[in-house]
Parts: sequence; C-alpha cells; structure tokens
Amino acid sequence: MSNVKYILGHFEDPDEMMHGIDKLQENNIGIYDVYTPMPIHGIEDKLGYKRSRLPIAAFCFGITGTVLGFSMIYYMLVYDWPMNIGGKPAFAMPDFIPIMFELTILFAAYGMMFTFFYANHFFPGRAPRVMDLRATDDRFVIAIDAKTNPYPDKIENLLKDAGAVEVMHNERKYVSYE
Amino acid sequence: MGTHNHHTHNFTQQYEFSGKAKTWSLVAILIGVVALAYGFLLDPSEHHTERTFANLLLMGYYFTCVCAAGAFFVALQLVTQSGWSAGLIRIPQAFANVLPVASIILIIICAAGLFSHNLYHHWYHEGIAEVGHANYDPIIAKKVAYLNAPFFLIRLVIFLAIYSAFALMLTKYSNNEDTVGGLGNYKKSFKTSAIFLVIFGFTTPIWSFDTIMSLEAHWFSTMFGWYNFAAMWVSGLCAITITIILLKKAGYLSWVNHNHLHDLGKFIFAFSIFWTYVWFAQFLLIWYANMPEETVYFFKRWEPEYKPWFWLNIVINFLAPVLILMTRDSKRRTNTLLVVCIVLLCGHWLDYYLMIMPGTVESHRDFGITEIGTAIGFAGLFSFLMLSQLAKKPLVAKNHPFLEESLHHSV
Repeated sequence: MSNVKYILGHFEDPDEMMHGIDKLQENNIGIYDVYTPMPIHGIEDKLGYKRSRLPIAAFCFGITGTVLGFSMIYYMLVYDWPMNIGGKPAFAMPDFIPIMFELTILFAAYGMMFTFFYANHFFPGRAPRVMDLRATDDRFVIAIDAKTNPYPDKIENLLKDAGAVEVMHNERKYVSYE
Repeated sequence: MGTHNHHTHNFTQQYEFSGKAKTWSLVAILIGVVALAYGFLLDPSEHHTERTFANLLLMGYYFTCVCAAGAFFVALQLVTQSGWSAGLIRIPQAFANVLPVASIILIIICAAGLFSHNLYHHWYHEGIAEVGHANYDPIIAKKVAYLNAPFFLIRLVIFLAIYSAFALMLTKYSNNEDTVGGLGNYKKSFKTSAIFLVIFGFTTPIWSFDTIMSLEAHWFSTMFGWYNFAAMWVSGLCAITITIILLKKAGYLSWVNHNHLHDLGKFIFAFSIFWTYVWFAQFLLIWYANMPEETVYFFKRWEPEYKPWFWLNIVINFLAPVLILMTRDSKRRTNTLLVVCIVLLCGHWLDYYLMIMPGTVESHRDFGITEIGTAIGFAGLFSFLMLSQLAKKPLVAKNHPFLEESLHHSV
C-alpha cells in the first residue's frame, strides 16, 4: 500500500473544476474538500455542504450583548448611582436603547469574528495550514482522500479528462506557510 | 457557468390584465368612490369633510410614494449596476409608469384641501401674518415666506413633475433597449438614474415636509424627511414583492425564483430596521430634550385616542418584520414573505395615519367606512393602473445586459 494520503487535482478554470466534481461524483468517488481562490456560486449545493451555523452564533452573541448592555446600564444608572438627568426617571428606557443596540452589534460582530477564527484554527502564532499553496493564488483544487478511495490511477484519469492541469499525490496532508 | 446556460423560460411572455384581477380592481375603485361619497355627503359627524380630506391626503400620498419608490428602485438598480434584479425590473418600472397619474391625483388633493381650508389651515388662513388680525399667528408669520399657497403648490408640482419625467425616461430607455439592443440605452439610463437619485434624495425630504409635516406647521423635525423616505421605501418594496409573488402564483415570471425573493426579503427586513432607527432617533431626541415646541408632536400622539395605535405602529412595522423575517428560510418561503408584506403595507398605512390625523382631525379621530373605503379604493386604483401598465410590454427586459446574471442569481 502506498503512502499517498491525498490526491489533489489542480484546475485552471472554475468551470472545468465544476465539471471535474461532476465526473468524480458520477463515479462515486468521495471528495474530501475543494479549495478555490474565489467564491464559486452553487458549489456548496453541489458538494452537499450544510449551511453555515455562523448566523446562529451571531444571534446568540447579539442577544448576549443586548442583555449585558441592559444589565450594565441598569446597574449603573438605576441601582448603583441613580442621578437626576434632565428630570428624567432613573430607569429611562429610551436612553437604554442606543447602548443596548450598540453592544448588540459589538458582540455580534466580534463574536462572529472570533467564532470564525476558532472554527478555522486562526490564532496568533499559528501558521495557517493549507493543502496546497496555489489554491490561494490561481489554482482550483479538488482534494480526494486516497485512503478511502484506493484507486489513484482511475482518479488521476478522471481528473485529467475533466481538464486538470496537474494531479498531485501527496503523502502529507498539509503544507504550511512556515 | 457554462453548464447552466440552457433555460426554458418564455421571454416573450406578456401579462394579460383581465379576469379576476381586473374585476376586483374595479370593484375596489367603486368601493373607494362610494366611501368618498359617504364621507363627503352622508357622514353625519361634524368633521366629516375634514376627515375625508385627511384620508384622501393619506392615501394619495401613500399611492404616490409607492409609485415613486418604484422609480427609485429602478434608478438604484441601474446606478449600482445590479444584476440580480434584471429579471424583475419590469414590475418597479410599471410602478414608475403610474407615477404621473399618482402625482396629478396628489396635487389635486393637496390643492383642493388647501383652498377649501380642510388641510393645511394651520398655516393657510386669512390674516395669519397680519399683526392685530384675529387669526394672527406670530410663529407662522415668520414662516410665511416659505409656507404660502403659491410657493407650496409650485414646489409640489415641480418635484412631482421631475420625478415623473425621470420615471418615464427610465422606462422609455428600457423599452428602447428591448427593440434596439446594445448597451446605448443602458448607459443613458445609468446617467439619468444618477441625476435622478441626487435630485430625489434632496427633494423627497422637502416633499414630505410640505405635504405632511406642514399639517402641524408650528412643529418641525429635520428627521421627518428621512423618516418618510424610509416609510416610502419599505412600503414600495412590499408592494413590489407582493406583485411579484401574486404574478408568480398566476403562472408568470418563471425566471424569478426564491433567490430573488430572498433578496427582496432582505431589503424589507433591513429597511424596516432603518425605518425604526429613524423613527426612534426622532423620538429619542425630542423626548430627551423635552422642549415644549417639539414634544407637542408626541404629546398629541400620546393622548388616549392615539396611544394604542402609537404602540401598534412599532409592533407592526418593527417587531413583526424583524422577528418573522430574521431567518433565511422565512425570506425564501413565498407565503411567509407575502403575509409580512401585507402586514407591513397595513402597518405603513397606520404610520401615515399617525402622521396625518393628529394634525387634522385631532381628537375627532375615527376609524370607519371612510378610512377603510378610501384605502381599498386607492389600492384598487393602484393595482388597476399598475397592471394596465405592466400588460403593455413583455415581462422581462430581454436585452438587459445583466439578464443572464439575474437568471443564475443564487444566495
């Protein structure tokens, strides 16, 4: 058994890559992932990806911000240090709304950003890992798990037929920027 | 994408205005005429003429706003060179085509209300600027240079004539594009839209100051123009969406799918929040500063006869769209979107009601035959005129440069 872990098909044209995905799927070859330098419409449906759960996270963070904003301002202006501002009652709800609104946005935005970074293993000091560097530049790459699809020649032919300019048999999963 | 290029849509499809749609539009117009006759002649209450005029102003303004929003939609899509909307642009174009008629109706209502002293009597009265006269009003006296009948009507006529001219120009270019093809007409309409949007942006606030805010001429708010613009845009988008959904249900517009409706839903969701934002900004500043000449506006709307409606306004126009349209699925579900749009159209009627009634009929507020009948009548008039315009040309602008993008739109 060979040590090849992943087979990568490099395409120069997104249409040809989409065609390659069709070809592989027709032959029941499971696709591990696809890497492209730009978003491609309809690719999620084709690969059967589930919808991102990021909006749910955003909603939860947003609600946290609203509640926190309300609690903070309530503690400050009603409980801890009530002040007479323009003769208004200490618990003046309309005043609270801009603060709650801003904190909702702040929490939703930063929460989404950190969730996204966490999910994609981005954090300071960690070199990003990619399966192929050129997928961030000018190549459209289909990755196939060679262990679950142990017929490299057939896969290579299919990819080449679909228009792949290069097929790589990698023994390591990731290359690193380092 | 190369593999998606074969489509089976019928691009010569033309809307046929007949059958139920036509019958019901005409019935609605008839109901409106009957309601107006009742309001002017039969209604036994003391303030019936003023009340009927207030309703005419409400629906005349609403009607014109929805048509103007159609023209704004078309111009906005052209200026941003949007592709997604290319397949459905004929619907807002039909709205824009009705704008001249809507404008004439609004001008007639405003002029008749002005000269019969049923509307705008707050600033239009004999001797209002004459020191010592029984009607003398020192605050209005200082505003007379701006708030006088000739200048008021000239402004109204000029603004609406400009909007109408641009609306007709934009639809004309699109028609020419159908017959001639090429990019010439698109480029011309791009320039025209850019000019139109600048004029529209600067003049719609003044338009709303004149027609609505001057009903209570002592009070003023610089937010009022944007507040009205937001209401106009949301109600226009809702009317466009309803028209598209109903046309789809009738078997037209096969090329408009849930992706386009999703985008319209996002627009409605976002601009409902924008409406609330502007509404609240106006409210918060007035509430916080607490100056009598400003708070009078909300004081009136806080009286027992308006207070429940004041709250309902926010529930319908803010909470309903935000809670219902928040998820992606609800924006893509045709029936949910349809219900929200209808609710919002009613909600913005209520919004205009709360802008107009406290300044006209004041505590003699009522909700009955005149209100419902006038609203139904104008809805019928709008659908009759708009659908007649829609039936005149194919439902798709077949030579629109971004049509192909619109057909493959996915979100």
